[in-house]
Amino acid sequence: MVHQYQLNGYNIVLDTCSGAIHVVDEVAYDVIAMFEGHTPEEIVAAMLEKYAGRDDVTAEELRACIEDVQGLKDAGKLFTPDTFADMAGTFKERSGDVVKALCLHVAHTCNLNCSYCFASQGKYHGDRALMSFEVGKQALDFLIEHSGTRTNLEVDFFGGEPLMNWDVVKRLVEYARSIEKEKGKHFRFTLTTNGMLIDDDVIDFANREMSNVVLSLDGRKEIHDRLRVDYAGNGSYDRIVPKFQRLVEARGGKNYYMRGTFTHANPDFTNDVFHMADLGFTELSMEPVVCAPDDPAALTPEDLEVVKEQYEILAKDMLRREKEGKPITFYHYMLDLTGGPCIYKRISGCGSGTEYMAVTPWGDLYPCHQFVGEESYKLGNVWQGVTNTKLREEFRACNAYARPECADCWAKLYCSGGCAANAYHATGSIRGVYEAGCELFRKRIECAIMMKAAEEAAEEEA
Amino acid sequence: MMKRIKTLETRSLCESAKKGGCGECQTSCQSACKTSCGVANQKCENADK
Repeated sequence: MVHQYQLNGYNIVLDTCSGAIHVVDEVAYDVIAMFEGHTPEEIVAAMLEKYAGRDDVTAEELRACIEDVQGLKDAGKLFTPDTFADMAGTFKERSGDVVKALCLHVAHTCNLNCSYCFASQGKYHGDRALMSFEVGKQALDFLIEHSGTRTNLEVDFFGGEPLMNWDVVKRLVEYARSIEKEKGKHFRFTLTTNGMLIDDDVIDFANREMSNVVLSLDGRKEIHDRLRVDYAGNGSYDRIVPKFQRLVEARGGKNYYMRGTFTHANPDFTNDVFHMADLGFTELSMEPVVCAPDDPAALTPEDLEVVKEQYEILAKDMLRREKEGKPITFYHYMLDLTGGPCIYKRISGCGSGTEYMAVTPWGDLYPCHQFVGEESYKLGNVWQGVTNTKLREEFRACNAYARPECADCWAKLYCSGGCAANAYHATGSIRGVYEAGCELFRKRIECAIMMKAAEEAAEEEA
Repeated sequence: MMKRIKTLETRSLCESAKKGGCGECQTSCQSACKTSCGVANQKCENADK
């Protein structure tokens, strides 16, 4: 499958199944669009008519261009047939029942009261609770026991607000470190925090032990303070920003993300991204809100158009910043074209419900953090393991080829069929399609690839 | 040298089928998004690719 689009002055051609990307001029762009289903003579005639008056567009030159296109096809870089569909279902079966990543909900409580929180102020529609060390330790043992031959194991300390159970977090890290060598494993920890309880101890420990920290900030003060408030209704911006700045500086500016959520209140979210950059942060992520369509924070169809435009503005501004030697990173624009994921990963996706699970403070297992609180999605617990094997098989069957709606989508090997939780919340089924999310995802990938084209062009120019 | 087409250097997905699937790469949701799936920005960690 081939996807062609024009953005920021670039004509871009993606060959979905090989992963090849071509940046072409407008003539080749049109030639490629006609290539399948037309004879070379028909293409030459059509191009001569369209580009009449242009000296560089001659029959001979067009034939050379058609030969180049044919050469790319022969080399498996254009019009590559989709040979993955038949094997897609088998990819996840190969890893058996291996688990390699856990999201530990160490605190189902929060010191902020953000109205848009998908976790319902950390409670996940249930009771407030803190995870005990014993439950967390059992979760780590469960992970090691089920990790098979995998070396890299990931554990995210999540909530609610994990710093409300900081001592347990530290003890769990110490426990994991004490056994990882003898077990032949390597733990990578992530901390996701709203920042309210960051102090010197948190900074020292997190910067020593956490491979990644995710710091929640929605951008401009008036945007952040509108929804991210404490239980007295006071905004948190002034209290957390200096702490985030201290933590990031002590961390050497690496391996962190400022992570914001944008809503109906700020579809012009690039201003929030730029605000974070003005605060000195460079590793940035902004996500569309996940909530019911009737929630006042939900993005409307009109907002989506604004958001798509914003993604373009962001990409262009990032290129400008790169040129000026002051680059920023946007999580969704990070593409590693030569060292990125293999086809197995691209088809299999995030591994929710199979390789990746969330653990509640009581030790129950769910397919991911977004399913916690949905009783029918309970997979089992950290003592007995996965007991709802039927549910695990449903998640195992989710992949880039599982949904008929994705059959003709050029982006399916970038999104792996999309987020199961988003699909469930939008359609009631993990095999559904969250179309608004797809639309934004496709736009982000188009922008990210355009940036690669621009960077390549800038390099050549230099 | 193609006159009108510039091909960016990319990893061949078809080739990656031969030695891929080690599973050592990061789980997508463990990084920053937490609310949407996207694997394209994950780095390959296969020591034998």
